[in-house]
Amino acid sequence: MSVVTEDLPEGKRQRIEVSELFRRYGTAAIFLVLVIGAASQSQAFLTERNVMNVLRQVAPTGIMAVGMLFVILTRGIDLSVGSLLALGSVSCALTAAAGSGTPVAVAAAVGAGAAAGIVTGVLVAYAELPPFVITLAMMTAARGSALILASGQPIMMGDPGEALTDFGSGFVLGVPQPVILMFAVFVVAGVVLNFTKFGRIVKAIGSNAEAVRLSGIAAPRYVMAVYVISGALAATAGIISASRTGVGSGSIGVGAELDVIAAVVIGGASLMGGRGGVVNTLLGALVMGVIGNIMNLADVPGYNQQVFMGGIIVVAMLLQYGARWLRR
Amino acid sequence: MGPLVELKGITRSFGGVRALKGIDFDLRPGEVHALLGENGAGKSTLMRVLAGEITPDGGAILIDGASVAPYDPRVAASHGIAVIHQETALAPDLSVAENIFMRELPGIIAWPALNRRAAVLLKQLGFAIDPRRTVGDLAVAHQQVVEIAKALSQKVRVIVFDEPTAVLSTGDAERLHGIIAGLRAEGVGIVYISHRLEEVFRISDRMTVMKDGRVVGVTTPRDASVEDVIRMMVGRPLAALFPKAEGRRIGDEVLRVADLRRGNRVRGVSLSVRAGEIVGLGGLVGSGRTETVRLIFGADRRDDGTIHLRGEQARISSPLDAVLAGIGLVPEDRKHQGVILDMPIRTNTTMARLAPVVNALGFLRLRVERGLVEALSKRLRLKSAGVDAPASSLSGGNQQKVVLAKWFHAGTDVIILDEPTRGVDVGAKAEIYALIEELAAAGRAVLVISSEHQELFGLCDRVLVMAEGRIAGELQPADYSEERLLTLAMTRGAAPLRKAS
Ligand SMILES: Nc1ncnc2c1ncn2[C@@H]1O[C@H](COP(=O)(O)OP(=O)(O)OP(=O)(O)O)[C@@H](O)[C@H]1O
Ligand SMILES: [Mg+2]
Repeated sequence: MSVVTEDLPEGKRQRIEVSELFRRYGTAAIFLVLVIGAASQSQAFLTERNVMNVLRQVAPTGIMAVGMLFVILTRGIDLSVGSLLALGSVSCALTAAAGSGTPVAVAAAVGAGAAAGIVTGVLVAYAELPPFVITLAMMTAARGSALILASGQPIMMGDPGEALTDFGSGFVLGVPQPVILMFAVFVVAGVVLNFTKFGRIVKAIGSNAEAVRLSGIAAPRYVMAVYVISGALAATAGIISASRTGVGSGSIGVGAELDVIAAVVIGGASLMGGRGGVVNTLLGALVMGVIGNIMNLADVPGYNQQVFMGGIIVVAMLLQYGARWLRR
Repeated sequence: MGPLVELKGITRSFGGVRALKGIDFDLRPGEVHALLGENGAGKSTLMRVLAGEITPDGGAILIDGASVAPYDPRVAASHGIAVIHQETALAPDLSVAENIFMRELPGIIAWPALNRRAAVLLKQLGFAIDPRRTVGDLAVAHQQVVEIAKALSQKVRVIVFDEPTAVLSTGDAERLHGIIAGLRAEGVGIVYISHRLEEVFRISDRMTVMKDGRVVGVTTPRDASVEDVIRMMVGRPLAALFPKAEGRRIGDEVLRVADLRRGNRVRGVSLSVRAGEIVGLGGLVGSGRTETVRLIFGADRRDDGTIHLRGEQARISSPLDAVLAGIGLVPEDRKHQGVILDMPIRTNTTMARLAPVVNALGFLRLRVERGLVEALSKRLRLKSAGVDAPASSLSGGNQQKVVLAKWFHAGTDVIILDEPTRGVDVGAKAEIYALIEELAAAGRAVLVISSEHQELFGLCDRVLVMAEGRIAGELQPADYSEERLLTLAMTRGAAPLRKAS
């Protein structure tokens, strides 16, 4: 292949598009700026305790963000994850409190999330209904189901759930166990996305679904799969939540889907599909966590925090997309 | 009279790829200036500079002798510069009329008046396209016409046609050339990009030949022959365009479709293709050729009809079924149906047959894949920064090669090619014909749609001609001629001369 680079003056004209750099490293830059800024302002920020605290708080959002990333890569959206988190936590707490043992409790929760994902997936992938509306419906339905299951009460896991609460509050080598689970989810997702057929087709569907279909690929199967993954991971986040507090609740995770979508988008994924990666998604979730933490340390009131958070999302978008205006 | 526009010393790089390396180009009023060169030579990039869509790294843009800076699409439009791009950039969900008058749509739209104006404009161009139709539903050729109407809806002084005839049939192309002659007489400057050299020689006053981002020559149809220009473009003499069918054996019937129907676009098509046979499908745009092959491939649902493969009925209701049964389709619309622009060439190429590059656990064997795709892209003379470059970084003709590579890699028993050499340069065309010939020699059944009649005649063992959703007749090599083909194509489905069996 003849490439026109052969007559480049050595190392001179090699210019990588600026916008590409911003897109790739924008999230990392935001994250670094935040960490450095916070560390210089507050003694408390870079202490091991605080760092672990931030990570622990981020874990459920981070895990859900992985599922959301898969969905968004196919050009979809999943608004039901907050409700499925609640459904997961209730399913887990109910089975654990009934003394069914940890494996059954985990399976019940993940199964409930996956089942909801199957329903969503069938409607979106095979009936070709718009994901925004279908997952909105699932958001309501799953919230209701979780509250019905829990009879509107918090479900204490008590002694039979001890193994779970140990997991929720336990450490391995100084790292909270839920955080380790989160990192594991990210690693597996990274491998799947970059090195498997599944990951490739998921990205391709978001870029050009028609071309994928006309390549003879069973695209609906893959679309369905991403909603199942998202549902199962949301329920997993629910298990973490239940095991941290010892309580399953049908009313937790209200609005969590918005944090999760924000994390994925700060991570540079495109809502138009096809574009996004796990490392940046993790950074996106961490950015969200760090901002919350900084403002807590600085005693910023909750309502003001929400306003700041909105601003940060806009800044992140400006960094990633604004660089395009610099050059056409 | 001085030139309308001058481009001086234009340079532009994309990452490490230098697409333009100091181009001088000028356009005089009332001239047709052809811009020629291989795929990836930089023609479209230069015209995007002229349109103000990309900023050059260096060089100057002069309009009426005065340097204009800053320069952007609005400045270009205000000087009456219109560019009709290689890939249409219309709003697919809007109507034809809305697209044509996009830039001057009033706040409140008076539909009857708008539609009437659009109809008048289209009629002037010689096309009867209903202005109320949704653009996305039109054939690619007609979308091209809408694009031209859109450009002409405003006062233009300079108009650029970037491969307008790549999708047009001969008759439509001639109509376009009539339009161009009219513009030229009015003193409009016209830049004309095409890989069809015979038409370039017919209509142009001057020709600029580009190669690898440089101008390698400026000449006129009187001073140079087609061969001279090809040599300038390619940098080497070209072997025969159409390969000789040597040792190709036509075997048993592989594909047989009977009484295929869908709405009023496909009205009872029956045809068959044998192993080792190359069958052409000719006809006018809108005659139902693309619709027919989409039914065979399962891309659209058919109302009626059967498909047999090697004598057995095949149940095909989706492209997945078709590929599993051994049918491949290179689609007409590469941007929407062929390439995945965001993804690497490598990924695009193996999309239709991932089995050889995936191991038992579903992991990708990237090294194997890279090897496979590199070999294939070399065969097709793909010009790229490497197989990991995104398809969006390729020139139009090179994107077409990627779509072809995908189906050559898939290696299905039946391969259907809808306008396979759309926008491909002469050198690569010869290579593609050789590959098609090779597929047939290996016993594949090949069905080719083309609006370039010479391509059908040069390549095919017989040509079926469609008109109004039916097969109007069949031409054997002895009968190959433009007139015969057009006569059949215009029978409008009435009294088919010779029914294809
Ligand atoms: N956005 C881009 N990013 C990277 N490379 C690009 C981009 N646009 C064009 N190029 C490169 O610039 C070169 C010139 O491309 P251009 O589209 O101008 O070719 P062309 O002469 O119009 O070819 P064709 O006949 O196939 O249309 C090619 O090597 C192409 O890969
Ligand atoms: Mg081009």
